Amino acid sequence: MPQKTSFSSPPVTTGLAAEPGNTLQTDATTDIELKLLMEAIYLKYSYDFRDYSGASQKRRVLYALTQLACPSISELQSRLLHDPRVFQQVLQYLTIPVSEMFRDPAFFLALREKVIPHLRTYASLKVWIAGCSTGEEVYSLAILMREEGLLERSLIYATDINPASLDKARQGIFALSSIRGFTANYQQSGGKRAFADYYTAAYDAAIFDKSLRENIVFADHSLATDSVFSETQLVLCRNVLIYFTRKLQDRAFGLFHESLGHRGFLGLGSKESIDFSSYAAHFEPLARAERIFRKRPGLA
Amino acid sequence: MMDALTQAKLQRVKAVVIGASAGGVDALLAILSGLPASFGLPLVVVLHLSESHHSQLAEIFRMRTPMQVREAADKETLAPGTLYFAPPGYHLLVESDHSLSLSCEAQVHFSRPSIDVLMESAADAYGRNLAGILLTGANADGARGLNKIARQGGLSVVQDPAEARMAAMPQAAIRLRQPDLILDLKSIHKLLLEIGKNSC
Repeated sequence: MPQKTSFSSPPVTTGLAAEPGNTLQTDATTDIELKLLMEAIYLKYSYDFRDYSGASQKRRVLYALTQLACPSISELQSRLLHDPRVFQQVLQYLTIPVSEMFRDPAFFLALREKVIPHLRTYASLKVWIAGCSTGEEVYSLAILMREEGLLERSLIYATDINPASLDKARQGIFALSSIRGFTANYQQSGGKRAFADYYTAAYDAAIFDKSLRENIVFADHSLATDSVFSETQLVLCRNVLIYFTRKLQDRAFGLFHESLGHRGFLGLGSKESIDFSSYAAHFEPLARAERIFRKRPGLA
Repeated sequence: MMDALTQAKLQRVKAVVIGASAGGVDALLAILSGLPASFGLPLVVVLHLSESHHSQLAEIFRMRTPMQVREAADKETLAPGTLYFAPPGYHLLVESDHSLSLSCEAQVHFSRPSIDVLMESAADAYGRNLAGILLTGANADGARGLNKIARQGGLSVVQDPAEARMAAMPQAAIRLRQPDLILDLKSIHKLLLEIGKNSC
């Protein structure tokens, strides 16, 4: 049997019944419980997961039940309402920490070739990486900008809702076992040096050069509930919006649009698009296949 | 060949999900080639492929059927007469409003997209109005998903392991739960022609 990964093992639903009719009933109950759980989390802890895509959220919550040995979602709701430590645990399951450095090398190559020349014309730069999770994307961009001579005059805001992820991102320590894949990505992304120049291997960890993060500010920020905090020239938000409903995606695009200065750049995940949002007309594709967009001039 | 209960399940199908792994391209060609433009339901396919390569499945199948064929896009609503392929490197899920979502969460059965993830979410969304078809493959992905489809009252179909290029995947599903139908590819194609007369 192949190993089960975290994502593969939601438990059999609570009170599983043999008859199809009863199973449907149970699933309807689960959906109600899920809705109530998100409402409870919002009311008690101000984290707003209510407009996250339902199907993958349900998988994550059912998986959390097995890990926290909780018989039902209602039971989990009761526990996290009365114990903030339980909520912190649940938060780790609700957010999605899967990331890699230089994921989609073609994206970083396009960034290097098509966006960097424009950014070079600025005396100082501000960049926002929204939903930075454990920081793989942040260090990727910092390395790219250092090689292009821009890091020293830049300020990178790396934001996420999960404090544990932000702590990990701040440390800049990644598993040595993943470095091989990161190195291949780096090379395909137009990297100019040996990837090993950027980290020190110690036991099973790769510790990234701390000078890379001198110009990075890690901060708690929610695309669901917070507002814009700075004007920026480049926003990266990759493989975050797929976990949102269209409504929440639209809110996020609104924040990016507001934050980006005149002719600013927006980079999305390889299967994400602004085309279906109400901000579609405000952006033009700069590298369509790589999902890099640019704010159009003149539109308010 | 089909009992009344299976016939009833067939008639209420409003969407079809298909999973395939090793040997899957040929199997998919055998069952999907020639499906008519008038196919009344959405058809969603997960085929295990290398994550790093651009998938040409949509291009390949566009030449084999007059149905609409495309790579599934995030938050797209499922439409009849349309064949969707999961993009490599992403899980594909069906939402309760019958739209699609992508996810890059961890691999399941060493696979992303995973057949279980598609089938379990589709079973939640469609309940008893779903058909699941599991084809050739070398691992156990899809067994749980097909089991869930069957538990919800949907129609479960497994390729005959004797015919499958790789028997492990069909066998794993059959071991977990006896499907409604165990068929060879030719019969699955005929079944799809039948199901395609439904509307969603």
